[in-house]
Order: sequence, then structure tokens, then C-alpha cells
Amino acid sequence: MSTAIESPRSEERVNYLNVKDSWQSWLFTTDHKRIAILYLISITAFFFLGGLFAMLIRLELLTPQGDLVSSDTYNKLFTMHGIIMVFFFLVPSIPATLGNFLIPLMIGAKDLAFPKINLLSWYLYMIGGMVAVGAILMGGVDTGWTFYPPFSSNYSHTYVTTAAIGVFISGFSSILTGLNFIVTIHKMRAPGMTWNRLPLFVWSHYATSLIQLLGTPVVAITIALLGMERIFHVGIFDPAIGGDPILFQHMFWFYSHPAVYIMILPGMGVVSEIVACFSHKRPFGYSFIAGSSIAIAVLGFLVWGHHLFVTGQSMYASLIFSLLSMVVAVPSSIKVFNWSATMYKGAVTFQTPMLYAFGFIGLFTIGGLTGIMVASLAIDVHLTDTYFIVGHFHYVMVGGMVLAYLGGIHFWWPKITGRMYPEGWAKFASLVVFVGFNLTFFPQLVLGYLGMPRRYHAYSPEFQVLNVMSTAGASVLGAGFLMPMIYLVYSLFRGPKAPANPWDARGLEWKAASPPPTFNFDSAPVVTEEAYAYSEEAHVG
Amino acid sequence: MEQQFSSATLGMWAFLLTEIMFFGGMFGAYTIYRYMYPAAFESTTHYMNVTLGAVNTMVLICSSLTMALAVRSAQVDNQKLLRLMLVLTLIFGFVFLGIKGYEYHEKFVEHLIPGPNFEYNNRAFAHEAQILFFLYFAMTGFHAIHMIVGAGLMTNLIVQSARGRYSSAYYAPVEIVGLYWHFVDIVWIFLFPLLYLIGAHLHT
Amino acid sequence: MKHQVTPVRTYVLVWLALMILTSVTWQVALLDLGSLNIVVAVTIAVIKMTLVISIFMHARHAESVTKLYVFAGFLWLVILLSFFLMDYLSRGWQVVGKPY
Repeated sequence: MSTAIESPRSEERVNYLNVKDSWQSWLFTTDHKRIAILYLISITAFFFLGGLFAMLIRLELLTPQGDLVSSDTYNKLFTMHGIIMVFFFLVPSIPATLGNFLIPLMIGAKDLAFPKINLLSWYLYMIGGMVAVGAILMGGVDTGWTFYPPFSSNYSHTYVTTAAIGVFISGFSSILTGLNFIVTIHKMRAPGMTWNRLPLFVWSHYATSLIQLLGTPVVAITIALLGMERIFHVGIFDPAIGGDPILFQHMFWFYSHPAVYIMILPGMGVVSEIVACFSHKRPFGYSFIAGSSIAIAVLGFLVWGHHLFVTGQSMYASLIFSLLSMVVAVPSSIKVFNWSATMYKGAVTFQTPMLYAFGFIGLFTIGGLTGIMVASLAIDVHLTDTYFIVGHFHYVMVGGMVLAYLGGIHFWWPKITGRMYPEGWAKFASLVVFVGFNLTFFPQLVLGYLGMPRRYHAYSPEFQVLNVMSTAGASVLGAGFLMPMIYLVYSLFRGPKAPANPWDARGLEWKAASPPPTFNFDSAPVVTEEAYAYSEEAHVG
Repeated sequence: MEQQFSSATLGMWAFLLTEIMFFGGMFGAYTIYRYMYPAAFESTTHYMNVTLGAVNTMVLICSSLTMALAVRSAQVDNQKLLRLMLVLTLIFGFVFLGIKGYEYHEKFVEHLIPGPNFEYNNRAFAHEAQILFFLYFAMTGFHAIHMIVGAGLMTNLIVQSARGRYSSAYYAPVEIVGLYWHFVDIVWIFLFPLLYLIGAHLHT
Repeated sequence: MKHQVTPVRTYVLVWLALMILTSVTWQVALLDLGSLNIVVAVTIAVIKMTLVISIFMHARHAESVTKLYVFAGFLWLVILLSFFLMDYLSRGWQVVGKPY
């Protein structure tokens, strides 16, 4: 943290934030950095909306009886929590904010390949989001975020079609962002920025973009067919008239499983950057980390049947999906080992981003291991649709992804805003998040193992103690999430001005000013050194 | 300029990748239902107008030729030929849509549009046939929507080329609309045998 | 910008091949070849598609990354179709009545 606090009114260099400030210059911008800010604000809003539903769920689950809300309302709560968190928070999060902001900077370009399409992506996201919010305001959806027919097509009396349209539209936002990143990374790297010198953050976003391109269209057509089934009752998913609801599940999960890799890969990219910087060491096994991102993207498409183990899917297909689900864990563990090896004999310091990275590595590992457990057919029969699954995916999504997101926001906050956040508060908040998270979700793993089913608003009384712990944890976690909101916004106005490279990190983005000018670099950089050129002298021991 | 051309074409190829998967989902559903209901499927082939399907296939192939020649005309700075080829491509596109519209009308008259007005002569297969006809309409319908978008893009190209926008130095929009157009042709190249030809021998 | 300009002759020849293949597939479909019907029809469609992609869409002159993406597109379609079928085709193999 710098000691000299410059007066905000002192001569400010022109940067992308202050170059123009009319609302038109923001809403019609094509600057990738401004678009990233637009996404940051809207994604944060959706996160808190999804969190509101989570709070109501946890309040209901304080008592075994369904006494806070009716079961129909409870169905709507977990559905909308899921839809908002999956489609409007997790899928766009890091790519749309940090990816948009940093990728051109990291490769030495002045913007993405298609800046106007980038803006279109944001508008599609907002339109889809507004349609989904519309469904909520009109009365909600109660099918679960998974929209399974025949309930969603024939029996639900809620705004399924509206919510589906919102998801459909936002899917195109995801596709266009992925397309933009792929072309940018292929075509706009600065001279000397070879594939082997790309930051691992960029590699992980490349892999993510591949998944977005190949998977999202399938969920788009699935939702379109579901909508038509609901409106016209043609029978495609209705077993009473010859349709197969399992076909829906196959088509839905063909995207939705790779979607979880869309959510986690960018987080892994963030962790790679943070671990390298705060170990002051080149990532161990750079090419393995890069290659494992691509491996996860490819293998992630081969495992979706593990969501269908108890649906009547053939046992032979289930066995193959089970085996492949275990294989897909290998590249993830390669990353965990490489991050650990990076820290070994590195000069590790413990600023806030590194605390979040540590949290990620531990919690993602737990989440991943619970995933291996349910990849086993026999265990999954016992644990499916219990709170074990809920605990599993929250460990990877929140303990993994959200922690990485927070770590990344803190790490690049000086670059994005030109200000430093208050380190003391940030460290404290990260500990609150960590404690709150584990108190919320570890009991859920136990509850699931003991047999408590998910998506029920009432439960057997012997589960109450653990549920109360989980709700208490959720309150702590909520407080932990609110704190960055407060001190980060505070730092915008009162935080000390940040230098170009407050962390002594490597990477082209740290060579640009904090915050960068609109076109990022005064002249196109030429890359002559390898990535992560942390000096040898930084090692200890 | 070169970087912009290669970025634009890579971008369009990446977009076509998403289209492969979009239609692929429907091909997947079609494959499963054909596998599940072979007899019902065979009974539906009676209602497919193979001749019109074949004519439409040839119409689209002709449109792909004119589209490819349009791109070539831009590459060699032949403005008149460029405009002519683009217009011909658009005309072929409209012929395709017209024939499709006629086919849909036929289906409408025969009560084969899935939904409340669906009626099928073979009572044993009524439900399955409705699903299969739904997939027919979904696949050809989304294809037709893509053709309409293509027609819009073609119209824009015609207008822009009339203003002299394109030349051998700048013809990326022609190239990428061409890629899109050929892709829509390829989708039909698969729809034709899968929807019209399998089972055609039953009705000769 | 210098790009490969394909001769008119090539385009016309490809067009002719596509028209002929269409006629062939149409006529063959009118004969009863049993399960061969679908094999022939899909094979001819794949040949037509290859011609359109490599020559009309200039893929044969395209950069490696483009070729990789075209290949990836088809690979993913194959993954989708084959894994769907893997489930449905093997359902009948299970012996009914035995516990897990």
C-alpha cells in the first residue's frame, strides 16, 4: 500500500475511466475495459439477487417444518437461486469482467477482435437477464434450474417459457464472448507473444471459450424445443404421448456439464496468475497447466451422463460416463500439484489475493474429491439428489469459483480502478468468507450423506442441528461477501492511488498504467522475454 | 487489412461451429426418435414430397455456385459480375423459400402440423408421428429461418456492392456471408436425405 | 490482399458434381437396399459436404486453425450423436430382474 495519498483533484492522467463520462459514452462504448465494468456492475447485481434467494432458502431450512413459505414457493426459491446464479452470475463472471478487461492487455492488443460484438454481448446478457427478472417478478419459476420435463412442459403453472427465453438470449451473449476471445487470442497477439508465452489466464480463457462455442448452442436448441413442447404439446418430451424426458436430460446436460468447466476454468486461470505472483516464481509446469485447461475442456464434454445415473440410462453407458468422470479429474489435479510446486521454495507472501488463492486450492480440492465420490455409480445411487450434491457443487462453485473471482478482483483492482483497496479489511473479509463458507457447506456434505434430500422445504427433525449450522454459516458468508462491496466502493473514492505494478508482478497488463488509457499501450509492445520472468533471486531456502 | 480479413473469417468459422452444434442437437433428437420408432417413421415418409425436396436441394446447390462466383468476382474486381451473382444467389434463396412455403402449406392442409390440429391417418402411430413431424418442422423451420437471415445479409451485400464498397482490397463481408450461405446449404444437404430419402423406396 | 483465386472452371465442376450426386442419391433412394439405403445416403451427403467446405468455402486453402475448427465441429457432432446412441442402443442389453 503506498503511503502518499494523492489528492483526487490533482492532475489526473487521461485513462479509460475519465476520458469521457457521459452516459452515452458508457452505454455505447466499444472499449473492452468499459464493457468489463458494465458487466462487473450487472453481474454483482445478479449475484446479490441470487444471494437473496439463498438467504430465504436457508431461513426456511432453520426449522424442520415448512413454516416460512409454502412448498410451491420454496420450489420457486431454489429454482430462481439456481437460474440466476448459474446463467447470470457464474457463467459470465470472470470471463466477462476480468477476461474482457485483461485479455487484450495481457496479449498486448488495444482491444478485442470485435469490439462492437463485445458490446452486443453485454446487451444480450442484460436483455436475457431482464426477461428472467421479469419471470421472477410475474411470479417465478418452480421447475428447478434444470427445467426437467414433463413437469416443466406439462404441469408447472409458472413462467417457465419466459425464464427459458431469458436463458436462451443470454446464451448468445456467452457464445459471442467466447467467439470474440478465440479470434482475439489467435489474431491479435503482440509481436513476440507466442503461444508459449501466453499468460495462463489467457490459456484458461481460451479453453473456456471453446466450451462456450461448442456447448451453449446445444442448450439453446434444447430450451427452444422445451418451449415449443410447453406451448404446443407436440410430445417430444412427454412420455404420455411417445416422448422421452431422458432425451431432454441428455441434451440439457450435454451443455450443462461442460458449463461447470466454463465456470471453473477462468478461476483456475486467476489462481495461476496469483500463485505465480505471490510466490514470486514462474508457475511450475507451465505447459502442463496450459495443456490441462484444454484437456478439461475436451474431456468435460464426455461425462454428462453422470447426471443421469438414476434415470434409467443404460448401465453400460453409465459405466463409461463414470469412468470418464474420474478421468476428467486428472487434469484438474495436475493443476493443483503444479500450483503447490510453484509455491514450494518460492518467496510466498500473503496478501489478500493469495489468501483467496489458498482458499480456492483447498476448497476446490474438497469439492473435486466429493465429485469423484459421486462419479462412482454405486455411491451416486445413494447420494444423488441429496444435500451431498448440493455441498459438492457449492464447494467447487463458491469455494472454488467465487473465491477465485474475489481473489482476481482484488489482484487486478489497482489496474482496473487505479486505487488500492484497504488490505486489512480485505484480509479480514477473506477470512470471514472462508469461515462462513465452510460453516455453510460442510454440514451439507454430512446432511447429504445422512440422507437429507435436496429441494425439500421440510425435513426430518434429526437434521436440524446441521441445518442451523449451515444457516448460521450462510449469514457469516453473506457478511463476508458484503464487506468487499463496501470497502471496494470506498476505495474508489478514498483509496490510495495505485502505481502501474503494485505487486511486482509479471505480465503485459502490469506495464500499462493503472488505470490504462483507452487504447491500453502507447505503442504496440514487443515481447522478448518468457512469461513469468520472475528473477531467480526471489527464491528462498 | 489482412489481419481484419483473417479475423473476420476465423470469427465466422467459429460462429459456424456453434451452428453445427445448434442443428446437431436436433439431429441428435431425430436420430434417437428414428431409432426408437422405426415403423412410425416409415409411415411418415409417405407425406414427404421427395421431388420438391430434390428440386430444393438443387436450387441451393445452384445458389452456392453463384455465391462462390460472387466472392470470386470481388477478388478479381469484377463489380458487375459480383452484383449479378449476388442477385442470382438471392433469387435462388427465394425460390427455395417459396417451395418450402408450398410444402408447409401442403402439410397444413393435410393436418400434419403438430399441435391441436394434428390428425394422423394411422392411429397406431399418431403420437410418434407427431413427434417426428415436429422434428421435421423444427429442423426445416430453423433452417428456413437461417435462410431468411441469409437473404437479409445478401440484400445488404447487394446494396453495398451497388455503392462500390467491395473490391479485391476489401471483400471480407462477401467472403463471410458466403461462408454462412454455404453452411446453410450444407445443413440442407443433410436434411434432404435424412428427412426425405430414407423410406422413399417404400412409395415407388 | 492476395488470396488464392479459385478458377471458375473449378467451381462449375464442383457444382456439376454436386448436382450429379444429388440425382444419384435421389435415384438410389427409390430402390430398396435395406440398411444400405441410409449408408449410401449419408455417405453421398458427406461427400457433397466435403466438396462444399473444401472448395466453395475455401477450406482447402485456409489456415491450419480454420481446418482444426472445421474438424472440431464434426468431431463434437460425432461425440454428441455417438454418446446419445451409446445410451439408447445399450439399454436392451441389461438383464431385467437382477439387482444392481
